[in-house]
Amino acid sequence: MEVSYYPGCSLHGTAREYDESTREVSEALGVKLHELEDWNCCGASSAHSTDETLALRLAARNLVIAQRTGLDVVVPCAACFSRLKAAQKVEEEARGGTGAKGTLRVLSLLEFLAAPALREKIASRKKRSLEGLTVVCYYGCLWVRPPKWTEAKQPENPVALERLMKLLGARPIPWSYQTDCCGGSLVLTDIVRRLTGRLLDGALEAGAEAVVVACPLCQANLDTRQEEIARETGRAYGLPILYFTELIGLSFGSPQAHRWFRRHFVDPRGLLSAKGLL
Amino acid sequence: MDRTVEEKISRTPHDGGLWGGHLHVQDCYQCQRCSAGCPVAFAMDLKPHQIMQAISLGMKDRVLSSRTPWVCASCYTCTTRCPNEIDIAKVMDWLRQVALAEGRMPVEREVALFHRAFLDSIRSHGRVHELGMMARYKTKTGKFFEDLKLGWKMFLKGKLKIWPSRLRRRREIAELFPQPNRREA
Repeated sequence: MEVSYYPGCSLHGTAREYDESTREVSEALGVKLHELEDWNCCGASSAHSTDETLALRLAARNLVIAQRTGLDVVVPCAACFSRLKAAQKVEEEARGGTGAKGTLRVLSLLEFLAAPALREKIASRKKRSLEGLTVVCYYGCLWVRPPKWTEAKQPENPVALERLMKLLGARPIPWSYQTDCCGGSLVLTDIVRRLTGRLLDGALEAGAEAVVVACPLCQANLDTRQEEIARETGRAYGLPILYFTELIGLSFGSPQAHRWFRRHFVDPRGLLSAKGLL
Repeated sequence: MDRTVEEKISRTPHDGGLWGGHLHVQDCYQCQRCSAGCPVAFAMDLKPHQIMQAISLGMKDRVLSSRTPWVCASCYTCTTRCPNEIDIAKVMDWLRQVALAEGRMPVEREVALFHRAFLDSIRSHGRVHELGMMARYKTKTGKFFEDLKLGWKMFLKGKLKIWPSRLRRRREIAELFPQPNRREA
């Protein structure tokens, strides 16, 4: 199987381990990722907050490049996904019809890997069960909202991550913050700390040992701010924030897993070793 | 994207006659679901439903001097839950854009400076260079030392690239930005 791959800026920088684990897992599953040639930043919140035309143009340039390849585009970052989907919808509406034949599909990496065919492949590639690992799954905002762009069937109660975690043998437990906002797009750090802090508190209260995420901005917020939030709340968190692709890679027995985990602020290796998973 | 599409998108906000009419803000019947679900409502001076009402009443100054659009996290919870299908998050986008277009000093200066630094980075490289962008933003806000420890740790973890990753066809990107000289023509 071949698809176009739009990594987005974070995966070339702060979320390198997400990029590396995505590539590794895809290869193991026989999926060939073709990084979009000369792709540009999607514009993220800064573009749509200040200049609607610019926001659409930045996203549209990538869609034009993707269209030339004729392959569906897989996007690992929720913010990029949102911008590309928004541009696609606006353009379709302006042209007076949706779902025209030959239109390429913009897919979230999560829905792509969680689709039945690849799920089956993941199950057959699995070498090690993640048994004993109790996690909460966190989707954040832009994979699911607004559903008019994301086409999420259950925007208030998504299940793709839980399904994958069960498949890997981990135990996903219910909690109330699946799709609450982490404040990823916000610059005002006092507000971000409050939003992120609520999620961390929620994960601890639910009894999670780690949080599974599918977005580089959610990961960065939840992983890097635990120390400063702990100073305010007086609670010790120490919650590893793991990309779902890292966990798939871990269950495939990838020798690269150490390299990914080393980059986390809250190092998950202690927890995973204690569980006999590393 | 061709011209007709772009023109349709960037229609001036006053086309509908009523202020906010193009986003059918006037459909709001004040159920307050937006405000109930808003994760940043605690930091807002006007809650989202109050913004909607103020727009409907034409209270332009009150709305544009509000903190609310600048603390909105664009999480789209309001948009998703609105029973009248008003894209409330988009209304917040629009208010920020109107405020900037009118040359108003945003109530949350930091937010506007961040967006500027972010877009500057895209304009120069085609992609966001996280290290350069953060350095520029922190210098502009005069808070260079805030988060420095966090940045250093990220650098040590191999998460921050020293050099930007640049596009080959960077010129195409600059052309996507507003062209002050050519706009009139």
